[in-house]
Amino acid sequence: MEFLSRLDIAGFVIATLIAATPLVLAAMGGVMSERSGVVNIALEGIMLTSAFAGYAAAVATHNLWLGVVVAVIAGMLIAGLHALLSIQFLVDQIVSGTVINILAIGITGSFYRTYIQNSELAGTGVLPALQLNFLPNAPIIGVITLAALVLIPIVHFVLFNTVFGLRTRACGEHPLAAETAGINVYLVRYSNVILSGGLAGLGGAYFTLQQIGNFLPNMTGGRGFIALAAMIFGRWTPVGAFLASLLFASADALSGRLQIAGVNLPYQILGMLPYVLTIVVVAGAVGRAVAPAADGKPYKKGA
Amino acid sequence: MKFDRALRARLFSAVVLPLVSVLCGFAVASIAVLLTGSDPVAAFTALFQGAFTNERAFPETLVATVPYIFLGLAVALGFRAGLFNIGAEGQFYLGAIFGVLAGTTMHGLPGIVEIPVALAFGMLGGFIWAAVPGLLKARFGAHEVITTIMLNYVAFQLTDFLINKGPMSDPHSTAPRTTFIDPGAQLSILLPGSRLHMGLILAIIAVPVIWFLIERTTVGFRIRTVGFSQGAARAAGISVAWTLVITMGISGALAGLAGADEILGVSHYMPASFSVGYGFDSIAVALLARSNPWAILPSAFLFGAMRNGAAFMQLETQVSSDLISIVQAIVIMFVAAPAMVRWIFRLRDVPGGLQITQRETAGVQSET
Repeated sequence: MEFLSRLDIAGFVIATLIAATPLVLAAMGGVMSERSGVVNIALEGIMLTSAFAGYAAAVATHNLWLGVVVAVIAGMLIAGLHALLSIQFLVDQIVSGTVINILAIGITGSFYRTYIQNSELAGTGVLPALQLNFLPNAPIIGVITLAALVLIPIVHFVLFNTVFGLRTRACGEHPLAAETAGINVYLVRYSNVILSGGLAGLGGAYFTLQQIGNFLPNMTGGRGFIALAAMIFGRWTPVGAFLASLLFASADALSGRLQIAGVNLPYQILGMLPYVLTIVVVAGAVGRAVAPAADGKPYKKGA
Repeated sequence: MKFDRALRARLFSAVVLPLVSVLCGFAVASIAVLLTGSDPVAAFTALFQGAFTNERAFPETLVATVPYIFLGLAVALGFRAGLFNIGAEGQFYLGAIFGVLAGTTMHGLPGIVEIPVALAFGMLGGFIWAAVPGLLKARFGAHEVITTIMLNYVAFQLTDFLINKGPMSDPHSTAPRTTFIDPGAQLSILLPGSRLHMGLILAIIAVPVIWFLIERTTVGFRIRTVGFSQGAARAAGISVAWTLVITMGISGALAGLAGADEILGVSHYMPASFSVGYGFDSIAVALLARSNPWAILPSAFLFGAMRNGAAFMQLETQVSSDLISIVQAIVIMFVAAPAMVRWIFRLRDVPGGLQITQRETAGVQSET
């Protein structure tokens, strides 16, 4: 029992929820994009760009909230490039996503070196957080985590209970039929990819404005790809993506807790946990999960 | 006339498109340089000096070209079967680890024994690291993009575990690194006074070997057929699953060979910051070469020059070497979107041209 109390179950649950924040936001972005028929492996690059843009804006304006807004807008802009390439110019969607991911490393790396690395800036501080006094150790939950929790039912509602959601799903399943029914497939796909950029952008803001109040090169560390796996495991639904994100985040939180609890395993082995879990889940889940029928297929009018 | 038209289309996709793409890459990068308050002309002058004209710059560019040739071939081979191997970086690491393992275990044997053994070990390491995603794709349909990226992170953690006060670390060193490999396993230097090593010859030999494998063997025919259409391959009695696994395996073996070659030829031990992105860059190397093994040579040379020059550029002008990533992203973007190049430059559409370019990148296209 002493071991259990050192693990601090309530604290572990909260830590999991917090670590799941960028995953669930990006995964919901992936759900919107892929439900409309556009594979979005650019989530990683979108989050990295937004993490940087949000931080830069917060530094420049001394306003963290403005930083969040800029992060979301930056995410939508760079997702717009993915939409332009993959919808307009029929670039293979995986290649287009890779372009975004490499571009994000180049842009954030270049500007980081000029404006942040060698400057005297000491970070921006972090967004306000809710303190849960009724729990042991009084853990805190940041606003972006709370926003993510609020967004889950909203995205679910939009996708399954609105005309826009119905059109989105139609474009992802059978774009030609959707077009025949008078739906503008391009417009629906553009909207969804750009919205997915906004969601992932908020996830990016988590890294700089909620987690540490600073920017580090490549700080997203593959979370965008893990989010993609969470989306698949969650069967392309917001709620499923949330539950899957919790699973991955718990591996993250667990590796930290086990170290604190003094488990005698090298930290690198614990650090592999989320990645190995992702591989296992993607391999195990795909057989049962069914992607939208037209996911990843470019749509050409009149073809 | 028909021949003439086809020739023009081929010329566009093989020469004009890559050249325009690289120029546009530098143009966009210039904007980024301006935005960071530096002078693009000074930056790119330094890049050129660092790549070619400085003392020992040219041999160093060739040193950086060697892993790009192997890794570019690795990614290109995957593309030909419709596989997107983003895991070349991790396979590169595993090849290096296996190469070091062999190189530090053997003692006092002649180079003719030690070098092939160490290189073969490297290939084995890369093979394993890539065959697993191939197997997962063939058996469970797990997308190789996700699994190979995840295995990259696992490879980084594994390397850190092994060399940072781990089983393979040098007990006499304070820095996290392995011990030196046996002198017998080290590749000899081609150009005295430089770091240019025999690996360049090996890499140049690998090009016709891979070309032959793809274009003139049964395995290559299966790879191309699966890349063109899995349905057609299945109808022709080709085992798609087996082809996917073997393609990933060979691709990984090439990446592993690059890793072992880098150990045997350049560093002679495994440092903490082993690769810094060679494997990721090789995606751009392969795309720029349109997955053609021969075209990998100039493509790899360009990236070797950019990498080597970027270090000097950062030192000289304070422009981040990450700028090269912007060039790469734009290059991939334009190569993958010939329609966009035509649109931007208002080129007269070459009839049939689009189909040829799409077919050439068939490896990248999803199954239809």
